[in-house]
Amino acid sequence: MRRLEPAAIGGVMSREVANFRTFWKATTFSSVLEPAVYLLAFGLGLGATIVDRVDGLDYVEYVGTGMVATAVIFSSAFPAMFGTFVKERFQRTYDAILAAPVDVEELVTAEMLWIALRSGFYGCFPLIVSMLFGLDPAVGMLVVPLYAFITALIFAGFGIAVAATVAKIDQFNYVTTLFITPLFLVAGTFFPIDQLPEAVQIASQLNPLHHLVELVRHACFGFESTDLLRVAALIGFAITMWRLAVSRMEKRLID
Amino acid sequence: MRKTFGPITAVDGLDLDVPEGICLGLLGPNGAGKSTTMRLLTGQALADTGEITVLGHELPRQAKEARAHMGVVPQLDNLDVDVSVEDNLAVFARLYRVKDVGAAVDYGLKLSRLDGRRRDAVDKLSGGMRRRLLLARGIVHDPRLLLLDEPTVGLDPQIRTELWSLIDSLRTRGKTILMSTHYIEEAERLADEVAVMAHGKIISRGRPAELVREHAGRQTAEVYAPPERLAEVRSAAEAAGLKVRPAGPAIAIVGAEHATNGVVPDGAVVRAASLEDVFVLLTGEEAE
Repeated sequence: MRRLEPAAIGGVMSREVANFRTFWKATTFSSVLEPAVYLLAFGLGLGATIVDRVDGLDYVEYVGTGMVATAVIFSSAFPAMFGTFVKERFQRTYDAILAAPVDVEELVTAEMLWIALRSGFYGCFPLIVSMLFGLDPAVGMLVVPLYAFITALIFAGFGIAVAATVAKIDQFNYVTTLFITPLFLVAGTFFPIDQLPEAVQIASQLNPLHHLVELVRHACFGFESTDLLRVAALIGFAITMWRLAVSRMEKRLID
Repeated sequence: MRKTFGPITAVDGLDLDVPEGICLGLLGPNGAGKSTTMRLLTGQALADTGEITVLGHELPRQAKEARAHMGVVPQLDNLDVDVSVEDNLAVFARLYRVKDVGAAVDYGLKLSRLDGRRRDAVDKLSGGMRRRLLLARGIVHDPRLLLLDEPTVGLDPQIRTELWSLIDSLRTRGKTILMSTHYIEEAERLADEVAVMAHGKIISRGRPAELVREHAGRQTAEVYAPPERLAEVRSAAEAAGLKVRPAGPAIAIVGAEHATNGVVPDGAVVRAASLEDVFVLLTGEEAE
């Protein structure tokens, strides 16, 4: 049998779809409400009282476009970490799947693709909600789901690799505090990073969320020549995380 | 084959050949290496040394090919509990590349007698129904080989009997079945052959009746008495060359038909030798 068979990947994803049908309402509800709350708090609250415009944009537009990155990391890294751990350790779902003609590489690929598809979709919700707060629609926004999808692949792979590495579910707290929160805060979602120390600005080039934030803003307000380089960087991160996730899961799932 | 986990040797020089069309019971106490053996056969564990061939496919290189023709029923329930019965089956029909998923689901539902519950979520099913569904999930692609890992562990007697009928119906359809169990009655009722496993290796194998004849003779005498008296009876029986094993509050003198006068005390309950006698004699008295 070939590697990465579409039938195996499709089979694993069909399981995810069957499960998702049982909880899609809750996911959709929070995906709509969360950006609305953030926009009210930061955009209207902070924007109306302290910050007026940032980088030539209304603060609502600035935060609304940046929040795509927040939605993507929250809807990819966390489901990947917790979902993988629970399915592996408590539900033993992967034991069942790997007893069928599916290998670990196909399993991980399918899980990453499914999370990224969901995240690519829900990642666009902040833009839609922002339109209610005054963001003008733009043709360039049509590429945002693709950007969100590629970035979500990175964090899905990251989350799966983490889940396959930790011994206990509580250890996710270290990962959230040490990696996810800093990545989320210095992505340029709520404030520009060009006023941060130079070392942080250089380090931010290794932050996929920063590239996503820039790409989304350019898609909404005008593409830039560096966008292709940023997309290439995201694809590079995604491939690296995919291989890392496969390797960690092989160690975890095959005795 | 041999498989270790750090300092623990789970499978230690196991040599196992399962002829097509039979039900082989892998009978052993907890920790004997049965579940590890099952995982080695699906490629979910890799042997340190040795060769594994399943349905003509070499493992682990051709594990996917082998798995395409085998069905696995795990010891622990790993169904998707929020998902409907039919969706649980449909997902696995797709994973096994079944062309007509609907027909495969119907086959599984019919076999598990869950037609009437097809749209119910799994968490609405009773324990027995869930075990039937697990079995149906394992055969939804009509496999040639079925691996059953402790298929009735933890179930009450009625449900166990119900599952035995199901497994027996698969056996009569010519499926090759490898079933690990530590329930002696299960092995006795379902298995054409039994392989007794302890400490990671097969220590005896044969048809249940042959094993009983070879290791336990025809009769076993169970003696009930206070502990001091049981100790005396045991010493006398062992001195006469008979095998003795504990049997709860009693002791069982195995091969009692060979006992000379006085070795089996009056009042002892004499019964036909059983596979349980063989199991305890071969695998030891102490639980691990």
